[in-house]
Amino acid sequence: MTPEEIQQSLAAKFGDAVGPLQPANKDPWVEVKPAAVREVCAFLKADPQLHFDCLMNLSAVDWPKQNQIHVVYHLFSYAKKHAFILKVKLDRASPTVPSLEPVWKSADWLEREQFDLLGVTFEGHPDLRRIMLPDDWVGNPLRKDYAEQPEYHQISTTRESPLDGFIRLDEMKKRAAATAAEAAASKTDAKAAAATATGAETPAAEKKELPQ
Amino acid sequence: MTEPRRAPENPTMEMTSNKEVLRRIEYTGDMLLNMGPQHPSTHGVINFLVQTDGEVMKRAIPEVGYLHRSIEKIGEKCTYNGFMPYTDRVDYIAAMFANQGWAMAVERLLGVEVPKRAEYCRVIACELNRIASHLISVGTMAMDVGAVTPFPYALREREFINDLLEELCGARLTYNYLRIGGVAFDLPEGYADKVITFVDHFEKILVEFNRLITNNEIFVQRLAGLAPIPREMAIDYCLVGPNLRASGVPFDVRKDLPYSIYPELQFEVPVGRGEMGALGDAWDRFSLRVEEMKQSCRILRQCIAQIPRGETMGKVPRKIKFTEGLEAYSRIESARGDMQYYVVAGGGENAYRVKVRTGSFTAMGIIDQLSRGLMIADLVALIASLDVVAPEIDR
Repeated sequence: MTPEEIQQSLAAKFGDAVGPLQPANKDPWVEVKPAAVREVCAFLKADPQLHFDCLMNLSAVDWPKQNQIHVVYHLFSYAKKHAFILKVKLDRASPTVPSLEPVWKSADWLEREQFDLLGVTFEGHPDLRRIMLPDDWVGNPLRKDYAEQPEYHQISTTRESPLDGFIRLDEMKKRAAATAAEAAASKTDAKAAAATATGAETPAAEKKELPQ
Repeated sequence: MTEPRRAPENPTMEMTSNKEVLRRIEYTGDMLLNMGPQHPSTHGVINFLVQTDGEVMKRAIPEVGYLHRSIEKIGEKCTYNGFMPYTDRVDYIAAMFANQGWAMAVERLLGVEVPKRAEYCRVIACELNRIASHLISVGTMAMDVGAVTPFPYALREREFINDLLEELCGARLTYNYLRIGGVAFDLPEGYADKVITFVDHFEKILVEFNRLITNNEIFVQRLAGLAPIPREMAIDYCLVGPNLRASGVPFDVRKDLPYSIYPELQFEVPVGRGEMGALGDAWDRFSLRVEEMKQSCRILRQCIAQIPRGETMGKVPRKIKFTEGLEAYSRIESARGDMQYYVVAGGGENAYRVKVRTGSFTAMGIIDQLSRGLMIADLVALIASLDVVAPEIDR
């Protein structure tokens, strides 16, 4: 089935809960109201015409400008060989969406990952805990306003740049050229000074200055 | 005087933590076994919390994340071209595929055409890499169940491929060979002959390998009927690639959602048939990878015969920029199955969000369910048969 047909059958069944097909540049997607997402997905899986038997990918995108977090579901049907994309837009302050674990088992780990990295809460998930990061990690790294803690269990999360004290080769050449030019300039200055000065006075003056 | 080490004062986590999982097990009076994180058979740094009653496991809970390098976050920080070397590190056993997935996702955003010769170079490199990756997989699986001899045999063949790929792109593990819009280098002089020589040699080795291990009576008895994954369960848990096909689903992205030049090539998609035990058991997964190596050899021969002359880089702007919010999705058949990149473009030269969905990640999710009632020794065989690679799980 084409995405248009899938959207039509969804709109016929769920009405307002399903938005129009967005003519995104590449892959068309449909917005679903957060409250209805589990029913919509259960329908998508159960309907013999649609038969979406697999949740392929689940990602979340943080949009601070719109104060939203988008959860993106990539569905695929091995039986019918068609794909579809759902999007759920959540409030950024408390992003909560029903879990799809009862519909597709693959949602278990995929949702845990987004919970960990973006802080999206999936209601009804049987085992919602961090998966990539340690349990006592502070913050969700893939949020756009994430600020890393300076240290974790007294281990610093930053380090000095190993490149400090090194300079680029072309920079080094430039500096060498500059000092060489300076030296040459001072030499010519000194020669000029020596030529103008009266023979014995300058060495005597230098000797006087040295002990100081 | 340094301060004594203590736990942070407010670990503000409201959900069930790993410690609570441990506690839950301890209350039941069973034995708790920590397998990993440093364990030779976990194929990387993975921890399994194994709840056992004697030799029989009640549950094995995978704890991952030890190799998390936040590659998705790095993807948001560097340019589209600059992210290419990082994709190598997503799956370092089959780095070429991670390159290709990223390149294809950005090419879809750009809408550039990749020259024919570059596509052939890509497929040649990828299929060589697929053989190398499967060799590691079957070799280590044999070693994990106790057959040490096949492993050096497999690694010896992989060494030839490493040499070939080194000649192609200068690296033996993290290739960084593909570019957005093409490939970095054309095939070197005389490369076709070298590949054909290798394929001729390798096809004979495969027959020998089957005699040595695949059809070996002891090996078959060890793996036949072990941890079978039924077709519906495999789809429900989103297993991909060889693991899915071993369960009897004839799905291959190269065939069913063709990309690159795969529609022009003739090859078969091997499917598990449950010859030795149940459908989708560990032996099926093993033998399917051996079959796939045969098909890769077939593809390589055709590519070498058909490769046209021409450019290896398409017309790609020097600075790649998109309007914010554009998104693209790419699917390729990696050695570990359906690898998918979801890219949301940012306003500037960086991506706004990169999501890499890898085969190993979903394959790990099924272990908790499959391990119930297995023997501890079989867990090792199960992990090996799913061919998980730790960096690909954690990214």
